[in-house]
Amino acid sequence: MHATALIAEDEALLAAEMRAQLARIWPELEIVAQVGHGAAAVEAALRLRPQLLFLDIRMPGMTGLEAAQAIAEDWPDGVTAPLIVFATAYDQYAVEAFNHAAVDYLLKPIDARRLAQTCQRARAALAAQRDPNAAVAAPWDAALGQLRSLLATPTLSGRSGVDAPERLQVIQAGVGNAIHLIPIDDVVYFEAADKYVRVITADREHLIRIALRDLLPQLDPQRFWQIHRGTVVRADAIAVAQRDEAGKLALTLRGRPERLVVSRLYAHRFKAM
Amino acid sequence: MTHVEPDRWHYLRHAAVVACFSAVVALGLVIAKGGDWLLQFIYAEAIGLSIWACTDFGRLLFKTDPESNWPTGWRMIVMQVSAVIVGYAIGTSIGDLYCGCSTFELWQRSPRTFAGYFVLCVAVTVAICFFFLTRGRDQRRLRQIATAQRDASEAQLKLLESQLEPHMLFNTLANLRVLIGIDPPRAQAMLDQLIAFLRATLSGSQQPFHALSAEFARLSDYLQLMQVRMGDRLQTQLALPRELADLPVPPLVLQPLVENAIKHGLEPHVGGGRIEISAERTGERIVLRVRDTGAGLSAGAAAAGTRFGLDQVRRRLATIYGAAATLDLRPAGGGEGGTDAIVTLPA
Repeated sequence: MHATALIAEDEALLAAEMRAQLARIWPELEIVAQVGHGAAAVEAALRLRPQLLFLDIRMPGMTGLEAAQAIAEDWPDGVTAPLIVFATAYDQYAVEAFNHAAVDYLLKPIDARRLAQTCQRARAALAAQRDPNAAVAAPWDAALGQLRSLLATPTLSGRSGVDAPERLQVIQAGVGNAIHLIPIDDVVYFEAADKYVRVITADREHLIRIALRDLLPQLDPQRFWQIHRGTVVRADAIAVAQRDEAGKLALTLRGRPERLVVSRLYAHRFKAM
Repeated sequence: MTHVEPDRWHYLRHAAVVACFSAVVALGLVIAKGGDWLLQFIYAEAIGLSIWACTDFGRLLFKTDPESNWPTGWRMIVMQVSAVIVGYAIGTSIGDLYCGCSTFELWQRSPRTFAGYFVLCVAVTVAICFFFLTRGRDQRRLRQIATAQRDASEAQLKLLESQLEPHMLFNTLANLRVLIGIDPPRAQAMLDQLIAFLRATLSGSQQPFHALSAEFARLSDYLQLMQVRMGDRLQTQLALPRELADLPVPPLVLQPLVENAIKHGLEPHVGGGRIEISAERTGERIVLRVRDTGAGLSAGAAAAGTRFGLDQVRRRLATIYGAAATLDLRPAGGGEGGTDAIVTLPA
């Protein structure tokens, strides 16, 4: 059965070997891209839309899980979601999380029999997708639940496994040679900007030098809701959540004119009581 | 030390021990003075168990020492004296109820006999309490020893795990497995480096010092292993002046710094970078430097991950050199970003 796949693996030898193994096990599988880091995986996946993604967990720049999240959020509507297989050398927490989320994964060095099993499963899933009699499920439904479960695993999502850090009460932002103190209640939302985070209050914005993933554990998850991989909103600053004609969910805020887009990973939070 | 909340069996075990003691006392009294053995037995058990009940109830009310679950100091004395008096009164009343006579009349008729009973009762109580207290202390000591041993072996395991990071090991093996198929000579070279690295790591803690040249050779093994994995993304530069080659240093003292530079500096950096390891003598000091051009120090998750390795290095330096050796971590200069880890040793 012909299918397309992407391999994201930062170690060139391992990527080549995986390619060779796949060629033996599944000759009709076409590797449309082989990339060495997470951001490249996201770019290539969204451009080429392969049916199968092999994502190494530990990659430079962006982990395999972060890449999977970005792909899931930006994957176009109406296109069948890709199947994702993670790969890791050693990580007991990851393996626990994969098993818990019922996600397929490979342990490196990759055992040929195990890879054959994975390919078998992928073939079956792709065949089911093609079956015209099968009920057409929304393309992401099953995968989103799995991703949410993985993202809730602190060690996997790149956050340090240290005990719950103290909740931030005040944000300290450098402005020139002054430090501005912003009470956490004044923040309307946080937005990731590369290695920085933009802190947006009703009347100002500041840049703080911390990655959003490191800031997140310091925020009260009851009060600050993640709605996108790059956006965290104070829940009581949300006025309305509404779907537009294209089915995209967007938020209107109290105190800010802009509308914020909710990714499909977090849309399940917004339900009428 | 953690607070151990005794289960209900703890109290019931006490009751059983007290019941046995009381039976022995009753037997002793029957042998010494004769009389109705059942009556003695009932008195002894009633008094013994009443005092036990008052004591353990008092402990629950007034315990101040969370470790032993006994009150301490004067509270202990007041609690125990009250428990003996109240328990004795209750137990005797129960016995009196059974035989239909009154022991408290004895107080008028023969104060000596009554006092004798009471003193016997106090002596037995003190003996039992002493038994429980020392036994409890022994058990606590055993628990403490077990906890300390567990902590020590956990620390050792953590150290070994940090040196033989499983993620590194399995990725290296995965690469080796590929090379065996496509490039056997290179696979053999890689295996030799892995063997040298493993030998150094596993025996490193056994010898107190090795030559700086040996340290550099081990770091070079490790870096070459990493280079197979990272390819062009890792460049290395090792500079060891000849006059410092024989300088004794603690084995693998720089290893955690190089690992940090790779793990938190270069590996997360998409473009990779360079690691420079150098040694120089400046005046009365030896300066060892591990420098990377990677992601740089961040306030976030990486910092937590590096801490264990750094603590380990600092602790080893402090044990060997005291305050004369230091480890500093700072953003690297030179406009390439990255981190500078600097160890200074007395020359």
